[in-house]
Amino acid sequence: MSRQSTLLLISPAVLVIGVFMLIPMFIALAYSFMTANPYGGVQPPATFDAYVQFLYQRDFDDSLIFSPDYILIIVRSLYLAVATTAICLVLGLPVAWYIVCQSEQRRRLLLFFITLPFWINTLIRTYCWILILRDEGLANKLLRTLGIIADPLPLLYNDGSILLGLVYTFLPFMVLPIYSTLERIDPRLIEAAYDLYAGRVAVFRRVIWPLAKPGALAGATLVFAPALGSFLAPDLLGGGKKLLIGSLIQMQFTSSRNWPFGAALSIAITAVILLVMMLRAWTAPQREARA
Amino acid sequence: MKTLTKALAGMLLATTALAGAERAFADGGELHIYNWTDYTSEDMVKKFEKETGINVTIDTYDSNETALAKLKSGATGYDVMIISNDFVPIFVKQGLFQKVDAGAMPNFKNVDPRWQKRPWDPKAEYTVPWVWGTTSYAVDTSVYKGPTDSLKTLFDPPAELQGKIGMFGSPSEVMSLALVYLGKPQCNENPADLKELNALLQKQKPYVKVYNSDGTVERQVAGETLIHEQWSGKALATRQQKPAFKYVYAKEGVIGWMDNVAVPTGAPDLDNAKKFLNFLMDPENISLQQKSTGYQSAIAGSNKFLPPDIGESPEFNPPADLKITFAPSCDEKATRAYDKIWTGLRQ
Amino acid sequence: MTRRAFSWRYTPGFAPLTVAILVFLYTPLLVLVVYAFNSSRMVTIWQGFSTQWFVAIGENGDIRGAAENSLIIAVAATIASTLIALLGALALERGTLAFGRGLVHGLVAMPLVVPEIVVAITTLVFFSALGMHQGLINLIIAHTVFCIPFALLPIQARLKDMGGMLEEAGRDLYASEWNVFRRITLPLLAPAIGAGAIMAFVISLDDFLISMMVSSAGSTTLPVYVYGMMRLGVTPEVNAISTVLLAISLVFVASALLLGRRRA
Repeated sequence: MSRQSTLLLISPAVLVIGVFMLIPMFIALAYSFMTANPYGGVQPPATFDAYVQFLYQRDFDDSLIFSPDYILIIVRSLYLAVATTAICLVLGLPVAWYIVCQSEQRRRLLLFFITLPFWINTLIRTYCWILILRDEGLANKLLRTLGIIADPLPLLYNDGSILLGLVYTFLPFMVLPIYSTLERIDPRLIEAAYDLYAGRVAVFRRVIWPLAKPGALAGATLVFAPALGSFLAPDLLGGGKKLLIGSLIQMQFTSSRNWPFGAALSIAITAVILLVMMLRAWTAPQREARA
Repeated sequence: MKTLTKALAGMLLATTALAGAERAFADGGELHIYNWTDYTSEDMVKKFEKETGINVTIDTYDSNETALAKLKSGATGYDVMIISNDFVPIFVKQGLFQKVDAGAMPNFKNVDPRWQKRPWDPKAEYTVPWVWGTTSYAVDTSVYKGPTDSLKTLFDPPAELQGKIGMFGSPSEVMSLALVYLGKPQCNENPADLKELNALLQKQKPYVKVYNSDGTVERQVAGETLIHEQWSGKALATRQQKPAFKYVYAKEGVIGWMDNVAVPTGAPDLDNAKKFLNFLMDPENISLQQKSTGYQSAIAGSNKFLPPDIGESPEFNPPADLKITFAPSCDEKATRAYDKIWTGLRQ
Repeated sequence: MTRRAFSWRYTPGFAPLTVAILVFLYTPLLVLVVYAFNSSRMVTIWQGFSTQWFVAIGENGDIRGAAENSLIIAVAATIASTLIALLGALALERGTLAFGRGLVHGLVAMPLVVPEIVVAITTLVFFSALGMHQGLINLIIAHTVFCIPFALLPIQARLKDMGGMLEEAGRDLYASEWNVFRRITLPLLAPAIGAGAIMAFVISLDDFLISMMVSSAGSTTLPVYVYGMMRLGVTPEVNAISTVLLAISLVFVASALLLGRRRA
């Protein structure tokens, strides 16, 4: 394809995202260097205050002290996002492979069922989990009627329930990309491997997994990035007792009225994720060449 | 393939046409209300539409802060907004509300003398009252048998309530009530007071199950919480479902709040907005709103239009000697301090 | 040792896992639908069967208006974003882009990566600065932006896997570029385009934060309405309208499946 055609074809995407995404991002960048208007919004003068706030806060008597609060929140969010991605991968890979191993008809049916829950609003689905997990919720009621437990289990309002909510929301995002990669695997490759007396585990490790990797990577991106910034599951299922980055940023634009800090946090996260993605993109060709 | 493309093209055309034609045409024009979800009485709106021929559309938001962020970022198109009292001065200071001289409107005389000079809008230049209520807590008296006259039960709970407390999810509401309990001034900037406030909330934290302002009635009725910070109307709804719940008027006092109707700057239908504001100051009209949300109105005589189980309920009629504190909007230092405490609390 | 007839398609243990996952995915939905028929207003306490909430949403103009808005925006954004994604994927996988690839990838990934609240507020600020206040059109544009990466991913993956062989063959047989595209690439790409479109549609329908900020009078969408509703207490009306949406989507996707089967 000629250079011209290429540029022509890519231009709508670049234009739309460039104008309606990049420019707002530059606005965010500009905001992060301004002073917070205590009533919302930003005002001059330009300052580094927002970035300083990552590490240093003003105590009640106005002295600047080192505060690990925000770092802790970032670390906790990273941990949850990584855990979510890992669990989604562990659960999503076998499911994707299972679907690939079915007949054409069944495949479509299964895919349909995997994606159907998405049509219902995430908010509502998360809320339904509250109905199930809470003390007087369905899960506990069931366990109690079966006589398995006497007192309700604290299934809700902790890290575990947040993790459950996140995995629940993002699992299809992992299954679908892996499935579409695995679907294109030539079955002869697999049969050939088995013909060579390789066991199932070996076939998985040396044939299926390497071929599934691009799908898994795509899935990991689709899960990790939004999971890091999500605030619905943490707020609703976490009981508001633990702050995660998504909720923290949300707060800056609402009750804290500290837009520059919110912008700074977002820029920081975006930069980190983009960096990781770009690193992977640059090292991937080398890895493929080596393989 | 061709039919598919045609179908897609047709859909695209149809949707753009629909998108452009979203405005309905009515004789009296339009009114765009911007309010909390489910906070505008359908009956009242219908009555207004019938009397004036104006077509009303309602858009919704979830919190004062969202509305502020939106308007600050330049959102337009809304004719009237309903905002809490502590946000009114903020919106006014930012030039987001315009003067409508509610004090000069014909129905203004119906406003209860107690509310004619509201601290956040003393000359009634910008706003008209919507409904008002109090914030305190409701406790399940079938589980808790102790005295119900103090905020201590909420902030320093006895054993049977520990781990079953619900607090609101917004820092201003939690801290304003906490400051009332401590007997300290609102919008506090005194470091010693702030340290005490922080200590109190940190001490309470292990006993709190949830920091969330949504679905308080649900949580109470289902038994998830036995005591929850609540607004008076929600406490009434809770009691109607589970009579054991009592809304407590504490001796330290309660927080009062009032939602107000204002007109954003640049509203497209200013005259209709003013008509609506005037309409709201009629006792029968505002009673329709009261009936749907269960809060008091600032208009004299509106309570007589209500059924007795609401109009004469304790939630509606706080004792005359009750200390009601209306939390004002805080300055920067206090906001920062609250934010610091709140972030530290939710670690 | 006798070996039974071997099929690599036999995956021991995976079937129960998949079933378990499906149960996991559907439990909340079951709760949702069941409680839509609850006669009690309290979403948790079952008090008997009733269809009153479905009647209620029929009468609640606000919720219907919000649902309509959501659907209109989703359809428009899906069409726009899938189209743009198709063009973009072709350029990325079949085109000659020397150094710009990394940048383009980064650009397309941005909507996925940036926290939504910041996108929401800064987009609103941007639109206001431009003086654009066209309610639904603003929302459609904003939705298209974040739908593009979701539509792009499956199409790009498929193009990459396809390799250029078949298309090369077509060109060797003196077919024009357009014909190669129309008769070789597009049909092979169709399932991926469908997948991309469905993902874009669902993502758009689900979005709440950007919709909340960028919307103006008359363009409240369903998730925004529901979120506000949760602040004041969820009523089973929410369950009812979700059930209705679920039913519509079932019909929609089922018919797509059937149509696909008939053609094949």
